[in-house]
Amino acid sequence: MKNQESLFAETLIKEPAEEGSLIPLLQKAQEQDGYISADKVGQIADYLSMTESEVYGVASFYSQFRFTPPGEHSISVCLGTACHVNGGEALLDTIGRDMDVSPGESTADGKFDLNRVACLGCCALAPVVKIDDEIHSKVNIIKLNELLSRYE
Amino acid sequence: MNDLKRLRTKSISEWEEIRTPGEPVIYIGMASCGIAAGAKKVKSAIKESLDKYNINARLIEVGCIGTCYLEPIVDISANGLPRLSFGNVDEKRADFIIRKLLVDKDLSKTKPLGHLGPESSNGIPHLFEQSMLKPQVRIVTKNCGLIDPGNINHYLANDGYLGISRALEMKPSEVIEEITKAGLRGRGGAGFPTGKKWKTCRNAKSDIKYLICNADEGDPGAFMNRLLIESDPHALLEGMLIAAYAIGASQAYIYIRAEYPLAIVRLKKALEQAKDAGLLGNNILGSGFSLSIKIKEGAGAFVCGEETSLIHSIEGKRGMPRTRPPYPAESGLYQKPTVINNVETLGTAPHILRNGAEWYRQFGVEGNFGTKTFSLVGKIRRSGLIEVPLGTPLRKIIYDIGGGTLKPFKAVQTGGPSGGCIPAELLDTPVTYETLSSIGSIMGSGGLIVMDEDTCVVDIARYFLDFIQKESCGKCTPCRVGTRHMVEMLEKICTGNATPDILDKLESMAKLVQATSLCGLGQTAPNPVLTTLRYFRPEYIEHVKDYYCSALVCSKLIEFSVIKEKCTGCQRCVSVCPTGAITGPRSEPHNLDTSKCIKCRACYEVCRFDAIAGNAIIITSRKE
Repeated sequence: MKNQESLFAETLIKEPAEEGSLIPLLQKAQEQDGYISADKVGQIADYLSMTESEVYGVASFYSQFRFTPPGEHSISVCLGTACHVNGGEALLDTIGRDMDVSPGESTADGKFDLNRVACLGCCALAPVVKIDDEIHSKVNIIKLNELLSRYE
Repeated sequence: MNDLKRLRTKSISEWEEIRTPGEPVIYIGMASCGIAAGAKKVKSAIKESLDKYNINARLIEVGCIGTCYLEPIVDISANGLPRLSFGNVDEKRADFIIRKLLVDKDLSKTKPLGHLGPESSNGIPHLFEQSMLKPQVRIVTKNCGLIDPGNINHYLANDGYLGISRALEMKPSEVIEEITKAGLRGRGGAGFPTGKKWKTCRNAKSDIKYLICNADEGDPGAFMNRLLIESDPHALLEGMLIAAYAIGASQAYIYIRAEYPLAIVRLKKALEQAKDAGLLGNNILGSGFSLSIKIKEGAGAFVCGEETSLIHSIEGKRGMPRTRPPYPAESGLYQKPTVINNVETLGTAPHILRNGAEWYRQFGVEGNFGTKTFSLVGKIRRSGLIEVPLGTPLRKIIYDIGGGTLKPFKAVQTGGPSGGCIPAELLDTPVTYETLSSIGSIMGSGGLIVMDEDTCVVDIARYFLDFIQKESCGKCTPCRVGTRHMVEMLEKICTGNATPDILDKLESMAKLVQATSLCGLGQTAPNPVLTTLRYFRPEYIEHVKDYYCSALVCSKLIEFSVIKEKCTGCQRCVSVCPTGAITGPRSEPHNLDTSKCIKCRACYEVCRFDAIAGNAIIITSRKE
C-alpha cells in the first residue's frame, strides 16, 4: 500500500513545475483529502518553488478550496438567483439550525458538512440541494427533512 | 478533406439506422437538469420494464432540449412511427408508456408531447408545435436533446464539422471576414464584434497565440453554457477549431467551472473522440493546421468571467483583473495575443461557416443579428432554456414562450448580478444589446429571472449586492468598499432600521461605484440597485417609511399567525417548528407565540403543501 504522501508525490510529477500548475495541483490535493491540508500546501510550494504564503494566498482566493476536513456527507445548498426567489436561503438556514453548523463547516460528529454554492445551473428546477453527488430538485422543508432522514 | 467525407458517410448511415430502426430506440434526456429531476431512476425503470416484457431496445442518452419544466423527458421511436417525445416521465409513467407502446402497440393515454419525424401521424403534432418551442429559432441549440452528446457520429451526421472543413478551404482572413459580415457579437454579454476581436489578434505580431473559451458561467441563475456543453460538446470544439484557425492559434484552453462536473466529463470524452477522428491534434484534415485543446477547471470565482482575471487564473494566480489596454487580443495569456470567446459565441461560428453570413443575417435585427439563448427561470410557468432571434420583445419571451407567471408579474432581471430589474411597463422592449442598456440593464450572458408579486425587489437588490460584495476580488477600492457600504444600507432597509434619507445615499454610492470601479464586475454591480430604485422606488419607500414589505419576504418586517377558523389542529406545523413557537393539542386550533417565532417559514410551507387544512398559517406585514 502506498501512503498518501507518495501518492501525492506521483501526482505532482505529472504536472509541469510552473505557476500555471498551481490551481490544478490544489484541485488534486482537495480531490484526494477532501480539503487542502497545511502539509499539501507545503508540498506544492516546494514543488513549484513558491512560498507557502503565496500558495495559500491563491488557494484562499477561490471559493472551491476548503481548509478544514469535510464531513462524511456533503450538503450544498444552491443560492443562485432562481433558488433564492424560490426559497433556497430558508433551506440553508433550516439545515444550519437543525444541525448546529455554519456554512463552510462540518457538524460536531463529522457526519455532514454544509456549504453554500453560487449556482449549480439547474435553475429551472429551483430550489436545488446537492447531497454528495446527487442534485435534488424542487426541495421544500418537507422534502428536505425526508432527504436528510435517509442518512440517519 | 476526404477523411471528413469518409467519417460523414459512416456517421450518416449510423444515424439513419436509428431513425428507421428495426428495434425500438429509447432516448432519455440526461443533462444535469434531467438527472436532478430523476432521469437516472427513470432509466433503470425503463431497463426493468424492457426485461419484464422481454423487449430488445436500444437506449440512448441525449442532452436537454430546454423544456426543463417537462423533465424527465423520454423519446421513443418504434412501430414504424416517428420519434415521439414524452414529458414528466417518472418511473411509473415510464413503465406505462413502455407497455402501451411496445407491448400493446397502442398510443392512447400515453400523451406524447409531439413527434420529431418529418411528417405527422395519428394526429400527433410536431414537438416544435409546443407553445414553448414554437416561437423559438434554434441554431446553437439545434442538436440539444436530439443527439447523443457522447457520440461524435451523431454530431457528424447532423452537418457536424462541415463548418471547419469549409473554413480550412478559406484563408484565415476570409473566415474572419465571414464572421464580421454575419455581424456576430460576443454572447458572453458585452456584445463586442467577434470578427473585430479575431482580426486584432490575427494582426498582432507574435510567434504564439492563444484561444480561450470562457465557460466559467458564474452568473447565478443562468445555465446556457452548461446545457450546450452537456448536450452538444462537439459544436463548441468545432467553433474553437474555426476561431483558432482564424486567429492563428495552435493552443487553446476551455476554462470551465468545476461546479459543472457532467459538462467536464462530456467535454473530455468529446476531445478524445475528436482526436481519434483526426479533427484535433496535428495536421487536421490534412490541412497543415494543428490545434490542441486543454481543459482548465475554474476554482469558483465570479470575477474570473472577466477576461483579464480569467487569464490570471489560468496562469495560476489570483483571479484579479488588470487595466485595459492592452487588450488580451494584443497581450493576453503569458503576454501573448489571446482571444477569449464565450461558449455560445464559439458554438455559433460553425453555423455561420456552414450556411454563410447572409443566411445568419436573416435572423435578428440590424446591428443585432442572429439568435441568443436565455435561461428562463424564476416565477414562470414554463421554465427552461430557449433560443430566440435578437430583437424579440421580452413580453413574447415571458408570455408566449414562458406561459407567464402564476401570480401577477412584477419584474424580470436580465444579465444576473450585473443587470437590472425590468418592470411590466417596459416588457415590449425588444431584446438587443443597446435597448437593454438604455433601460439600465444589460444583455449579459442570458439569465432571465422572472419575479412575481411574491418577490421583494429590495430583497433582490440586497441579494445581488451581497453576492457581488462576496465575489469582489478586493483589488480596487470602489468595488471592495463601495459594495460593502451598499450591502449594509440594503440590510438596514430590509430590516426596518433605515430612514427615508438612506435612499439618496444609496443611489449616490451606486453611481460612484459604477463610475470608478476597475473592471466590469464593479462597474455593473450597482445596476440591480439603480434599476430597482428607478422602477420600484415606492417599494423602497414602503420599507423605510412604513416598515412594510408588500411581498412578505423581509423577515424583520413580517409576522406569522394562525387563522383559528381554518386550523384543523393537524399538528404538522407543531412538529416542524424548530423553536416550539407553535403549540396546541391535536384537533384544536394551534397557537403561535410570535416572541418565540424566528420566521423560518417551515410552518407556512407545511401548512401550504402538507397540512389537512392548508393555508391556515398566514404571513402579514403591518404598516406602522
